[in-house]
Amino acid sequence: MTAMIDIADAQKTFTMHLQGGIELPVVRGVTFHVNPGECVVLSGPSGAGKSSILKMIFGNYRCDGGRVGIRHRGTLVDLATAEPRQVLNIRRSTIGYVSQFLRAVPRVATVDVVAEPLIANGVERAEAQKRAGELLHRLNIPERLWQLPPATFSGGEQQRVNIARGFISDLPILLLDEPTASLDAANRAVVVELIAEKKRQGVAMVAIVHDDEIRRLIADRIVDVTSFAAAA
Amino acid sequence: MADQALLENDEPLLIADGLSKSYGKIAACRDVSFALYPGEVLAIVGESGSGKSTLLQLLSSQLAASGGRVSYRMRDGITRDLATLGEAERRFLFRTDWGFVHQDPAQGLRMAVSAGANVGERLMAVGWNHYGRIRDTASDWLTRVEIDTARIDDAPKTYSGGMRQRLQIARNLVTEPRLVFMDEPTGGLDVSVQARLLDLLRSLVAELHLAVVIVTHDLAVARLLSHRVMVMKGGRVIETGLTDQVLDDPREPYTQLLVSSILPP
Repeated sequence: MTAMIDIADAQKTFTMHLQGGIELPVVRGVTFHVNPGECVVLSGPSGAGKSSILKMIFGNYRCDGGRVGIRHRGTLVDLATAEPRQVLNIRRSTIGYVSQFLRAVPRVATVDVVAEPLIANGVERAEAQKRAGELLHRLNIPERLWQLPPATFSGGEQQRVNIARGFISDLPILLLDEPTASLDAANRAVVVELIAEKKRQGVAMVAIVHDDEIRRLIADRIVDVTSFAAAA
Repeated sequence: MADQALLENDEPLLIADGLSKSYGKIAACRDVSFALYPGEVLAIVGESGSGKSTLLQLLSSQLAASGGRVSYRMRDGITRDLATLGEAERRFLFRTDWGFVHQDPAQGLRMAVSAGANVGERLMAVGWNHYGRIRDTASDWLTRVEIDTARIDDAPKTYSGGMRQRLQIARNLVTEPRLVFMDEPTGGLDVSVQARLLDLLRSLVAELHLAVVIVTHDLAVARLLSHRVMVMKGGRVIETGLTDQVLDDPREPYTQLLVSSILPP
């Protein structure tokens, strides 16, 4: 099977110039792959570099070495060396990222926040809003809130809006950073269901989850991040 | 959030190649090169005196470069060195295909004539002569920038700072330019007015598929509006990349200082 994500020997070190140039090694030798329809869960204690790896796969953190191979429209592209424009294209049509927190845009209605990734990919506004509504409904966001900007919502509500925004697209790769962290049991179950649907559609996923129960439900494979520990 | 506008159009609109400007021994801008694509928003950040406003003036042909050149892909698809354009051609470009949003709206508007005339003037400059159509289009643009059309006959000197800035944007966009230069467009406004203006700019830029070069010292503005960022210091570009990359994973000491100097909201 052709991997959607193929990372080889990737490494990341932060150099903190304001702290006298101290070097903060985060990870090295990061090597794993993710196939279509598979959910790989990154495990390891807090500070082991799980989020950093996710950010490297999204092109948000730069790589200091190695390769971050992403299958984009049938070709393997190395995100570690890709041009900014290419990274943006890859994000629009290949990689979705569900962060822990919603970066809310003032004045944009919740339903449009969720629909935006579809519209950016050329889906008609009405159709995009319809699909956004369906997802919001599944994630138990009451319809009376849909026309309001999510900035004033509770933490859990914002996270569900964020999840809806992340899951609405038909992107072949999805990165999930603690998607269930501040959700109640009912909504956690919805997220598990959404992940299972994505697997059936052949989406390759990398997730960080701290909840053992959720991990058991979604993980096809576990990659232990402590093996990439960079500290000598 | 500003990641929706890039179409895969593989020819640059604007190319800077080794641009430099010196005033005597002082180099205000040294060896700046980049390519800007249609629909792409590039933020130039850096502190006062870093050369970012000089660069904007070089790019927009308001200042002659001491070295290097700027090329622009004209509407006929041919990319030309801007220094080879005649004055009339350059002016035409400025009135049609380009916009320039100044920090101080008084520099980009005529303060004593009506808002409608401020917008309509750009249309007349490109040959519109039907009064009714000009007025309708002006009125339509006032609505798009959220100015009550009941104020169309009032002069901008009677407007608030935020309204003036929105009017300046309408005046620039009415001719459907492909490239807009912006110099600290939210600079003189208070925070709530800024947020509204940014939000408006963000949606207009995406909707009209505008290429933008925006100079700002406010990294939050760069984050919200731009795809790419160039960090300037002492007239040089010291770091460049995808906006979220540069802001979340800054490499250069000066960029780290800039990023760490933001007060948390």
